[in-house]
Amino acid sequence: MKIPQKRIHKFLRHGKKFPHVWCPGCSNGIVLGAIIRAVDELGYEKDDMAMVSGIGCSSRMPVYVDFNTLHTLHGRAIPFATGIKMVKPRMNVCVVTGDGDSSAIGGNHLIHAARRNIDLTVIVINNNIYGMTGGQYSPTTPTGAIATTTRYGNLDPVFDICKLAEGAGATFVARTTAYHAVEAQSIIKQAFEHKGFSIVEVVSACPVIYGRLNKQGSPSDMMRDMKKRGIPVAAYNKLPEEEKADKYPRGILVNIKKPEYTQRYAELIQSLQPEKGDE
Amino acid sequence: MAKKQTKKNVVLMQGNEAIARGALAAGVNFFAGYPITPSTEVAEILSVELPKIGGTFIQMEDEIASIAAIIGGSLAGAKSMTATSGPGFSLMQEGIGFAKITETPCVVVNVMRGGPSTGLPTKPSQADIMQARWGNHGDAPAIVLYPNSVLESYELSIRAVNLAEKYRTCVILLSDEVLGHMRETVEIPEIDNNKIIERIKPTIPPEWYKHYPETAKYRSPMASFGDGYRYHVTGLTHDAKGFPTNRADEAEIQNARLKKKITYHLDDLIQVEDYEMDDARIAVFAAGITSRAAKEAVRSARRKSRKVGMLRPLTIWPFPDEVIRERFKNVKAVVVPELNEGQMLGELKRVLGNKIKYYPIQKTSGELITPDEISAAIKEVRK
Repeated sequence: MKIPQKRIHKFLRHGKKFPHVWCPGCSNGIVLGAIIRAVDELGYEKDDMAMVSGIGCSSRMPVYVDFNTLHTLHGRAIPFATGIKMVKPRMNVCVVTGDGDSSAIGGNHLIHAARRNIDLTVIVINNNIYGMTGGQYSPTTPTGAIATTTRYGNLDPVFDICKLAEGAGATFVARTTAYHAVEAQSIIKQAFEHKGFSIVEVVSACPVIYGRLNKQGSPSDMMRDMKKRGIPVAAYNKLPEEEKADKYPRGILVNIKKPEYTQRYAELIQSLQPEKGDE
Repeated sequence: MAKKQTKKNVVLMQGNEAIARGALAAGVNFFAGYPITPSTEVAEILSVELPKIGGTFIQMEDEIASIAAIIGGSLAGAKSMTATSGPGFSLMQEGIGFAKITETPCVVVNVMRGGPSTGLPTKPSQADIMQARWGNHGDAPAIVLYPNSVLESYELSIRAVNLAEKYRTCVILLSDEVLGHMRETVEIPEIDNNKIIERIKPTIPPEWYKHYPETAKYRSPMASFGDGYRYHVTGLTHDAKGFPTNRADEAEIQNARLKKKITYHLDDLIQVEDYEMDDARIAVFAAGITSRAAKEAVRSARRKSRKVGMLRPLTIWPFPDEVIRERFKNVKAVVVPELNEGQMLGELKRVLGNKIKYYPIQKTSGELITPDEISAAIKEVRK
């Protein structure tokens, strides 16, 4: 375990940022580790990395990493990231967001960035709840689940963030879990490499709020649940319908090539330049 | 589009086009916006012109995304602008507050229309004077400019970009439906590159870099993302390096900085037009499109040898308190025409108290205030 620790330390900021704000048993640290290792494997320069987030527990991540980091407004990480990417297309721009941040308040931005196929990597850490504000229900809180604003059980149907992104035109869509940390690292790496809009939903655990409200047991119980319910997509597709109900597919769900937005804009700029000697 | 006339650089130009041309002259190379009447020409023109010069235009999904994108673009090193009107301006307020606290240069153009809500989309208004100052939550002063002609729209567009870069803040450029859509013959001045302000870049090594350092004049260098200075930007109250803080002493320093960088530079920021004020006993205080009628009324009063003058703020915020106190020393009464219910009148009263008499003319019907109406008010004062 020594080697990965060293890799992480190369990318973490030192000083008064630590201890971090996350609760014991939270999955955010696992996702941060997966992102860092993916960036390290790709050999991206820290100077060329921008990490942008909105508001929420997961959105506190940028402060800990030694990249160009931008902690923005609730729901708005994607348009901020769009501005960076449009102005400096050479930068690797990564958005870290939560389920509420990306699919409730920021849902509009998510679908339009996916539609444009702009080369951003969006990592949605889905813990099924608004953790930072104390456990209110989000668009991914399961129907019937308890949150501090659904004390009688959640009436809302849920968003499938991956399907939402796919429907909006995302060219790389994947789901993994905090339990499958090695897979998460590999998928995040592929998402970074993908030229176009990529989104990775990382199913994660909020044991302190969601887990406690819904009697999910210890953090490790919640991890075991991810192991049990997250099924590789090929195997999932073969399951009979009744067995799919409490499971979800993980792995790369969409991976297609389409013209990327900043590339197309660069071509537009090129096409408008006067030909040389054409005075 | 501007029609070429015989004289060099003399063109028939629309107010909104002048804002777009001014932005280009100032070096704006990133624009993100969302269509809204009566501001759309700014976006339309920049969508054509920016890619020609290697800049970038993007139409976002809403105004919230637009302000977010221009802040992101500015952090990446671009001179950034967006343009909108009432409803969009309301949506942008959270982002404007973010630009202020993170000290990220950008310009928001607000071509004012009648409100509240959808209001009168094709009619002029001056009812966002206060929103431009107090729209975002939390205290943070604003720099707000308001021209009154097509040429001045061009000039103040340049100035807005310059001030945003110079003071690292969100500058608001107001216009109104009539000013934005009217056409005037203007002689576009040659671009003087010496008058275009570029962001100060740090010259120290990255490990010494502070994104919000304490400096004598509250102006500080700014590295862009990708420049090799990896720093943190957050809308949370932060320390000098940009990291979130809950410490009262650090919060105090940063909040004071936002205020002082404006109040320390009032001489640079405040611009007024002083028309026949030297011996004036009656003044008209007006801005933007209304000041055109006001000037006509003053001119007509002067023809009758009446001692009437006009003071017009080009910088609405910070409000020109000292200039007003100075120029109104011998003024007995002030006529205050405005297309709102007294937003500037309240400020004047704050500055001048009950030393003088106030004659407000207020309209929110979507109609302009005419020179005759102002002349009538001047006549009323003289009774």
